[in-house]
Amino acid sequence: MKPLPPATEHSRYIGQSVARPNALRLAEGRGTYVDDIELPRMVHVVYWRSPVAHARILKIDASFARMMPGVVTVVDGAEMAKICKPWVATLTHLAGMKSAPQYPLAIDRACWQGEPVVAIVANTRVEAEDALQYLVVEWEALPALIETETALDPDSPVIHGDLGDNLCFTRSLDTAGVDEAFANADAVAEVTFQFGRHTGVTLEPRCQISDYNPSDKRLTVHHSQQAPHMMQDLYSRQLGIPESHIRVICKDVGGSFGIKVHAYPDDFATVALSVMLERPVKFVADRLESFTSDIHARQHRVTGRIAANKTGEILAFEIDDLTGIGPYSMFPRTSAIEGNQVVNLVGGPYRHQQYRAKLNVVFQNKTPTCQYRGVGHPIACAVTEGLVDAVAQKLGMDPLAIRQQNVIRDDAYPMTATSGIKLEGLSHQQCLDKIALMMDYPALRAEQAELRKRGIYRGIGIAALIELTNPSAAFYGVGGARISAQDGATIRLEPTGAITVMVGVGEQGQGTEGIFAQIAADAVGVSMTSVRVVTGDTDVTPYGGGTWASRGAGIGGEAVLQAGLALQKNIVDVASVILKRHASELALVNDAIIEIATSHSLMPLAELGRIAYFRPDSLPAGFTAELMVTRHYAQRDYPFIFTNGVQASLVEVDVDTGFVKLLKHWVVEDCGRVINPMLVDEQMRGAVVQGIGGALFEECLYDDAGLLQNGNMADYLAPMAAEMPDIEVAHVETPTKTSQLGAKGAGEAGTAGAPAAIMNAINDALYPFNATVYSQPITPQKILRALGKV
Amino acid sequence: MSSMENFSPTHLINVTVNGHVEQRSVQPRQHLIDFLRDDLGLKGSHVGCEHGVCGACTVKLDGQIVRGCLVLAVQADRKRVETIEGLTQSGAARALQAAFVRRNALQCGFCTPGMLAAALELVETKPNATRTEVREWISGNYCRCTGYQAIVDAICDVLAENAEAAK
Ligand code: FES
Ligand code: FES
Repeated sequence: MKPLPPATEHSRYIGQSVARPNALRLAEGRGTYVDDIELPRMVHVVYWRSPVAHARILKIDASFARMMPGVVTVVDGAEMAKICKPWVATLTHLAGMKSAPQYPLAIDRACWQGEPVVAIVANTRVEAEDALQYLVVEWEALPALIETETALDPDSPVIHGDLGDNLCFTRSLDTAGVDEAFANADAVAEVTFQFGRHTGVTLEPRCQISDYNPSDKRLTVHHSQQAPHMMQDLYSRQLGIPESHIRVICKDVGGSFGIKVHAYPDDFATVALSVMLERPVKFVADRLESFTSDIHARQHRVTGRIAANKTGEILAFEIDDLTGIGPYSMFPRTSAIEGNQVVNLVGGPYRHQQYRAKLNVVFQNKTPTCQYRGVGHPIACAVTEGLVDAVAQKLGMDPLAIRQQNVIRDDAYPMTATSGIKLEGLSHQQCLDKIALMMDYPALRAEQAELRKRGIYRGIGIAALIELTNPSAAFYGVGGARISAQDGATIRLEPTGAITVMVGVGEQGQGTEGIFAQIAADAVGVSMTSVRVVTGDTDVTPYGGGTWASRGAGIGGEAVLQAGLALQKNIVDVASVILKRHASELALVNDAIIEIATSHSLMPLAELGRIAYFRPDSLPAGFTAELMVTRHYAQRDYPFIFTNGVQASLVEVDVDTGFVKLLKHWVVEDCGRVINPMLVDEQMRGAVVQGIGGALFEECLYDDAGLLQNGNMADYLAPMAAEMPDIEVAHVETPTKTSQLGAKGAGEAGTAGAPAAIMNAINDALYPFNATVYSQPITPQKILRALGKV
Repeated sequence: MSSMENFSPTHLINVTVNGHVEQRSVQPRQHLIDFLRDDLGLKGSHVGCEHGVCGACTVKLDGQIVRGCLVLAVQADRKRVETIEGLTQSGAARALQAAFVRRNALQCGFCTPGMLAAALELVETKPNATRTEVREWISGNYCRCTGYQAIVDAICDVLAENAEAAK
C-alpha cells in the first residue's frame, strides 16, 4: 500500500506514533478527576434509589435522617421539580417516537430499580450515607414489566398510561423484492440472535461537582462528561439559568465510552441542589449505583434471514429486531438510536439488493438503555456476519471466500447501500485480502483440520464491518436535539513562540489532546513541545459537540488543522512586514521563519512573537498582528462518514467444559488518514476487548421481579488481562475527501466487530458437532447446552 | 436517638506515608484508601469499586501491595504506606512509568496508579516472569480502556531492560 501524501506541507508528526504529552501526568498520579477536587463549603449528596423495578411512593419520612450529624438537607422529587423541569427524550426525525416526562427525582412512582427518589445532602459522604439508613420511604410494589417479548401484549401492564402502550418507537424498511429473492434463493438461513444487556463500567464512576454562586448567578459544573456544551445547554433549559451563566468543566475523565455522554436524572438533581443550597455539591456514584443507574445497552432479540444463490451470491437480508430500553427514553440522545442503527447497518458491507427490517423499541421496568460504544454496530455486525456464516455453511463455502465474493467492490464508491445509507469510500476487498495474509488463513485452516482429528476444537471467525463516524447534523440536530455537529479550534501564538490550542472536543483517554497537538504542530510549523492543548471548559474552548460517534479526530482534528493553517498564514504575514519580504517567499517551519528558496532560517518564531506583542510600534501603521485564530468544521457532505474494517478471531473451545480460550485476534481497519498509528491501534485493542466482554462475559442479569442480580464487579464479569488475547492491528488508509485532513473515526470499530468474530469462531469450532450458539454473552453453559451436554 | 449521639469515635494512628510520619485520628470504620485520599489529600490512588475487585486503590503497605478499600486505616497504624505519589518521587516506578507512556499503556489513566503499584511488585519479585505470568499477575487490576496488551508490553519491556542491565 502506498503511503498517503502528507497532510501538511512540512509534516513531522501527523502519521507518527508519538507518545501522548498528557500521559505522564496521569501515570504519576497527578490527574485531576472530579472526585479529586475539593471546594470550600462543599457538601456531598447521596441518593435514595428505588429498591424495586416499579413502585408507588407512598410516603417519605425524613425526620430521622434530618437529625443525623452533618445533614444539610433532604429533598424529594416534588421539591426538586419546583426548580428543574421534566424532560421528554424524543427526536423528531425518528417518526412517531414517544416517551414520558421524566423528573430529576421520581415523583409518586419509581420505574426502575436504581431510579433516584430522594436526595440527602451532608457535610461528608460518610454522614450522608449514615443518614440514608434513617430515611424511611414507604412504597408499594406495582406490577413490573420485565420481559421485552411481552411488552406489547394487550394484557401486559402499560408503564406510562398516557402513552397508551409500551411501544417507544417502531420502524420498517422494505426494498419490495425481498419475498421474491427468498423464494428464488438456493439457500436460506434463519437464525435468532440474543444480545444480553450490558453496561460500560467506566472505572471512574459518573461524578459531578455543581457549584452555584448566587452573587453573580453563575453555575460551574465540574463533570466527568463527554459533551460539556451539551450539558451547559441542558442545565440552562431545565433549570432556567441563562446559558451564558453556566460553565461546564471536564478535566480528566476516567473512561467514558458513551456512558458519560447522557444527561442523567441525578446530574440535574445535583445541579438543582447546589442552586438550592447556594454552595458546591459533589455527587460520585458508587459501584452499585453505577450498575443500576448508568445507561445499559444492547438488549436485543433479532431474528434474521439471509438468502443466497448457489454461486455464493448473497441476495437478501431480513431482520426483525425487538429491543427493550427501560422505562424512559434517555435524555437527550434518546434510546431509539441503537435499534435504528441496527436497521441501518445490517448487511452493510455487502452487495445484496434486497433488505427488509422491522424494529420495535419497547419500554420495560429496567435501567434505561442508550448509546454505548459502538451503538447498534455490534448487534448489526453479529447478525450480518452470523447470517453470512450460516448461509456459507449451507452452501459449503469458505467464510472468507463468501465475503470476498460479496463485499461492495472497493471501486464502487461513492454509493448508496441497500438500507439507504450513503457510503463515501470503503476498502472491504483490501481489508479482507490483508487480514488473510496477516493470519495466514490457509495455514490456520490446515492446522484446524489437523487438530480436530486429535480432539482439539479450534474455530476461526471473520467479521467484516462498517462503522459510522464523523456525523453531520443528521444524527441529532435535525431531530431537534441541541447537540453541536460543528466543532471548533482556537490557536494562539504566545510571545515565546509556543502555541495554545483550545478545542471543543475533549479527552477521555483516547489520546485526543495528543493528536490535536500533532496536527497543530504540523499545521502551524512548530515543535510538539511548543504546543499546549486545552479542552473541556465551556468558558474557554470554541463551542462544539464533544466526544461521540467517533468524531474527535475527524471533526475536531479538521478544525485544529484549519485553525493551524490560518494561524500559520497570519504569522507569515507578520514575518513579511518585519522582514520586509513578500509573504510568498517565506514559510514557518520548525519554529522559525525560513526563506523558502534557500531553507535558511531568517527569524526564530520567539523573536517574531516578541516583536508582535511587545514592539508593535515597530510595525507599519495600520498593520495588526492577528495571532489568535479560530476555525470551525462541520461535516456536511454525507450524513456520516463510514469507515470499514475486518476482524478475525481464533478460539479453542473445550467441549467438555464449554470454556473458550481466545488464542489470537486480528484487526484490519480503515479509518482514513491515521494521525497516530499507536493510538489507533490502542483504540482498536481497547474496543475489541470491550466487544469481547459483551460476546463472552458481560450481562446485567435480572431476576423475574426486575432486580439486578450482579450489580458489582465480582459478579458482573468484565474482561481482565489473563483471558485476553494479543491483538494484531493493521491499517488500510482511504482518507475521506470531505476534509483536508482525511481522518475518520477509530474509537468504536473494535467493539463493533469483535462480538461477531468471536461468535463465528466459536460456531466454527463447534461445527463438527453440528452445534451453534447465537446468544451473547456466549457462556460455557450455553455452549454445553448447544452440545447437548447439560 | 438524639442528634448529639457520637457516631464517630476515633482512634489515633501513626502511619508513615511516603516517608513522612502522619499522626491522625480516624474512625475505626474508615478505609485506608479514604484516609489517604480524603484525610491526607493523596488523590493519586483511586476508588473504582470499593469491594476489592478492580485494583484501582492498590497501594503498598509495609512493602506489599494491598487494596486500599479492603484495609482499614487503623490497620495501617505503625506501618509504612507508599502511594503513587511516593513511588513517583522516589523514582521506584520511573522505568514503568516511562514504559507505560511509551507504549500508551494508559488511556484515561484511572487504573494506572494501581496498575503501576501491582506491576512494580512483579518487577521487584519476579524478574523472570513470562508474558503469560505478567498477564496473570495484573489480572486483578481492571482496565476498561486499554485491552491490557500495551500494559503487558510495557511491563515486559521493563523486565527485559532489567534483565539486560543485570547481565
Ligand atoms: S476500589 Fe479497591 S479494589 Fe476497587
Ligand atoms: S486506562 Fe482507563 S481504566 Fe485503564
